[in-house]
This record gives sequence, structure tokens and C-alpha cells, in this order.
Amino acid sequence: MMPTQTNLKVDGWLEAVDRLAAGRLTLLSLWADAPDVKMALLDETSGAVSIVGYHCRNGQYPSVGVKHPPAIRLERAIRDLHKLEAIGASDTRPWIKHTPAPYAFLPADGEALHQIAVGPVHAGIIEPGHFRFTANGEFLVRLEARLGYVHRGIEASMAGAPLDKAAMFAARASGDSTVAYGIAFALAAETALGIAAPPRAVFLRALMAELERLANHFGDIGAICNDASFSLMHAQCGILRELTLRAANDCFGHRLMMDIAVPGGVARDIAADGAAALRVLLAEVRRVFPQLIELYDNTASLQDRTVTTGIVKPEYARQFGAGGFVVRASARGVDARRLPGYAPYGDLRFDVPVLTAGDVNARVWIRIREVEQSLTLVEQIIAALPQGDLRIDLPVRGGEGLALTEAFRGDVLVWLRVGEDGRVARCHLRDASWFQWPLLETAVEGNIVADFPLCNKSFNCSYAGHDL
Amino acid sequence: MRKTMIESLLRGPLTEPPPPVDDTALAELAASVNNAARARLGRSLSIRHVDAGSCNGCELELHALSNAFYDLERFGLRFVASPRHADVLTVTGPVTVNMREALLRTYEAMPDPKWVVAIGGCAADGGLFAGGAAVVGGVKDVLPVDLTIRGCPPSPRQLLAGLLALLKV
Ligand code: SF4
Repeated sequence: MMPTQTNLKVDGWLEAVDRLAAGRLTLLSLWADAPDVKMALLDETSGAVSIVGYHCRNGQYPSVGVKHPPAIRLERAIRDLHKLEAIGASDTRPWIKHTPAPYAFLPADGEALHQIAVGPVHAGIIEPGHFRFTANGEFLVRLEARLGYVHRGIEASMAGAPLDKAAMFAARASGDSTVAYGIAFALAAETALGIAAPPRAVFLRALMAELERLANHFGDIGAICNDASFSLMHAQCGILRELTLRAANDCFGHRLMMDIAVPGGVARDIAADGAAALRVLLAEVRRVFPQLIELYDNTASLQDRTVTTGIVKPEYARQFGAGGFVVRASARGVDARRLPGYAPYGDLRFDVPVLTAGDVNARVWIRIREVEQSLTLVEQIIAALPQGDLRIDLPVRGGEGLALTEAFRGDVLVWLRVGEDGRVARCHLRDASWFQWPLLETAVEGNIVADFPLCNKSFNCSYAGHDL
Repeated sequence: MRKTMIESLLRGPLTEPPPPVDDTALAELAASVNNAARARLGRSLSIRHVDAGSCNGCELELHALSNAFYDLERFGLRFVASPRHADVLTVTGPVTVNMREALLRTYEAMPDPKWVVAIGGCAADGGLFAGGAAVVGGVKDVLPVDLTIRGCPPSPRQLLAGLLALLKV
């Protein structure tokens, strides 16, 4: 997709900021393409995506975050990594960079309040990040996350790289979404070069994306129940996850299907007996999964933990323009496969489940419903898989492209500018987590400290995808 | 719930026989572990894990080690929550500039004797990220490494074969 692009003067930029603040446009991302800053904007009524740019004077641009809070952390990251300053910004602390230390957490004063500091190294096998809780007895008054620990400099490393190498960086932004990132990068590159992947590749990409979604949803449903001390669900879901990864390995030779969606198509075909392996998987999931849903629904001690816990208010979900199960559990029915939409989903039948309760339970149920949708998608894809080429050669020329794909946790955005030499001039990646982390901070307010792991797991935001 | 439990009892275990111990891992360990340490190693081991800059892919496969198919704990290997309880430190990712200190502090919090296992291509030598300004490099650039398990990510079987070598030296 190549959206309309406009370079704006101050007035136009401020007008765009006002429209964001008024909720008439949704902020898809804000990034630096020095000496310019750019915003990708979505008009949710028409589905139109546009990019607006502003040419910085003396390395400065008018702050977006001061009127539209979802942009605050993006502006702080731009300042850290590109030295462009948002004039008028209310929060000028570093974000991705960890110097100068110490970091000034936002104050919360009150007689009975105390702070709890957790991380960056956590108790389990999870990604690193710091959480600063302010609690009143058992109840959380404020959570502030401090991220950036797994900043590997992915965008900087991509600059100057040939497209196939840059695709490998994109595929390692967040390992659990390696397929979704691979597809998003490939689509952005193909738009930039004015080409399209062959139909068979397009279907195989979608097949991998749905397998990735299934594996992650199984893992998440089990892990959430485990954090509510219900390990039986964890064990059973772990089996389904493992079976899914094994089927992926049978089909594509890699359990996470890394580096297979590449610019121009796919790097390999599905194995000759791949479709058969998938049919066995589908049959087993259809046999076991309904029993697990029943178990989840009928276990009062589990429901007691998940129902009414960690509520995301629909107005925040809307304001932050966030995606994924986090907001679909809070009345916001967005899905990049539908809006803006990309092939082959227009040819496939699926529902986008939406609930309104906004609690941990609703986030579990959205995943359950999405598992069911992905099963039918896998079935439709293997039935309709077109014959033909897997990959086309990439022409050497410059251009720009933007793509949005729906990873299991929400929308992944890739914006790419290719130089005339066919190498990456600048690439920007934006994980769904950018707009979900702030929602987590709102959702835990008023909950007990002991429910934080449960809330956190039900979000399962990415650290690596955010920190890059 | 009873139905699910009874069914899984009747089905028989999914747990698979362990993979053969990785010979190169054994050789690498034999070179680094002295005799005194060997006596302690051949028993159960507690593992503390630190993600020092991983994409999270390696963590997904480490998690898989606890599922019914691999069942890591049957070998006496278990992940623990505190470095104070750990014999082995597993580390993933290229070590980022921002995680270097937390990694060092975790290592220092572990009692002696202790071993470090670098997991994944990134941890081995920085992988794709080697040379980048935001990373320090592989784990060996920060800590003494006793064992390296390569792969991007290593599969649970590869992880198991490498970790079992810890018990066999
Ligand atoms: S080795 Fe591969 S899977 Fe592991 S952290 Fe590095 S990129 Fe991710």
C-alpha cells in the first residue's frame, strides 16, 4: 500500500494534531526520517491511510504528544535516537536511551503510599523491563513502565542493508511475531519496488501467519490460566502449542517459520506432506480445544480471578488507537486483515470477534474465538492454495512503501524507503505494543498487586518489538 | 475438570525419550569444568534465566522445555526465580548496552560454583546484531561462558541435548 503523502508546514501539522486529539484520525505511528518527522494517519470511517511529513527547523518540530498523549513515548524515542526535539512536549525524559541515569519516575504522593520496584530481570523466563508500582496497601494506585532494555538498534542496523538482510532484522523484531513482521516488511518492500508477490506465496504467507496466531494464542491462554494458579490448562494448552509448532516445522522446516516470508514472495514451498500434517493438527485441536474451553468456563476459582480484573476502558482503547485482542475485548473492532486489509484475506471468510467487558476474562475469550477463526482460515487456505511461482526477482530501484499486518497481538506497521541502489535508506517498525503498554498502566489501577501478573499476561505486550 | 484429568491419565504420557547428549557440548564443558565442580554438577541443577537482548524467540523454546513432551524437570533441571538459588545462568540475546549491568548483577548475585550457558546465535557472538552500536556483543564479551547452544532459535531438542551435557560431565 502506498498512502497519499503530504509535506506540511506548521499550520497543517498543527491541524493534523488537532484532528488526532479530537478523535477524527487515528495515529498509526510517528517517526523520524531526518531531517523530517512523519506521521501515518488512519481515517477509520473511510479506511484511508495517509502519511504527513514536517521538515524540522533546527532539529525541532511542534509536539504531537502535548495534545495527543499516545504520541508522547514515540516523541521521546525520536529524541533519543534521532535528536529531533518535540517543541512544547510535556515529558522530555529519555525513553529508549538509558542515559543520563537515574530515571525520574512520575511522582505519586500520599501518606499511605509506597513504591514497589520490579525488574528489569523478572522471576520467570520473560523479557526484561522495569515496572514501578505505587501501592496503597494491597491496591495499585499507579504503574509506570520503563522500557528500552532490549534495544538492539534494529532500525539503525537496517539502514544501508540490502533488502534480504533487512528482512532478517525485521523478522527478529519480536520472535513470537516473526511471520507477521516478515510479511509486513515484504509488503512494504514490494510496494516500494512496484511489484507483487505471486499468488501461491501470498497464500502461504497467510497460512504461516494463522499458524503463528494459533501457537501464540494457545500459549497465552495457558499462561494466563497458569498465572491464576490453574496449571492444568497450562499443560493442556502447552500440548496444543507444541503440536502447532511441530506442524509448522513439518510444513516449513522451522518451528517459528522465521525468514520464510521474504520480499518478492516466500523462501520455500510448503512440504509435500504439509497439508496432511495440518489436517491432523486441525482434527486434534478440534477434538481437544472445546473441552478446554468448557474447563475454563466451568472453573469458578479461575473465573473469580479473571472476571472484572484489569479492565481497559473503551475510551482509552479508542483514544490510543490501539489494536489486537486488548482492544477487541474493549469494544474496538479493529483488525488490520480487514482494515486497511491485505491479500489474501479479502478472499477468505472470517469473523473479527469483539467483546465489551474489557477484563482479563474478555481478553481470554477473544483469543478463544480467534483460535476458532484461525482454524477455519487454515482450512480455507490449504483448500484454495494456488499453484505457481514462489518468488519473483527484485528490481533494483528506489521507492517507498507502508504496510500493516495483523500479528497475534495486534497490528504491525512497517514503513520503508528504498534507495536507488536497492538498499534500505530508512525503515521504521511499529509494534502493536507501543499503544498497548500505556493501556496496561490504566488497566491495573485499583487492582491488587497480586493480580498484576495476571493482567500483564493477558496483555502479553512485546518488549523486544517495542524496544527494537 | 475431572473428565480432562481422567482422559489424560488414560492416554498415557506424551513425554518423549531424551535426545542423545550433545557431544560437542560435552567436549566444551569438559574443557571448562574442573574436577571439583564435576562432583557437584552431576546432580540436579537450578537454572536462572536472563534475557539480555533476545527477540523472545529463544525464550519461547526455553518455555517449551517445560511442556509435556520435553518435561525438563524429570532430569533434575529446573528454572528458579532468584539468582541466589541458581547454579546455572542461561543467557539469550546479544547483550544490549541497556542490559549489560542487569546481567552482571544477576551473575554476581549467584553463589559459587556457577556456570553460564549462552543460548542462541545472538548470545553466541551477537548474531545478526554483532557490531551494532546498541549491543555489547555476545555473552562471552561480558561473562565467562561455559557452554554455547547455537541455533536461531535452538529447538527444544537442541536445548535439551545441550543442557543434559551439564549433568554428564
Ligand atoms: S538467536 Fe534467533 S531466536 Fe534467539 S534471540 Fe537471537 S534472533 Fe531471536
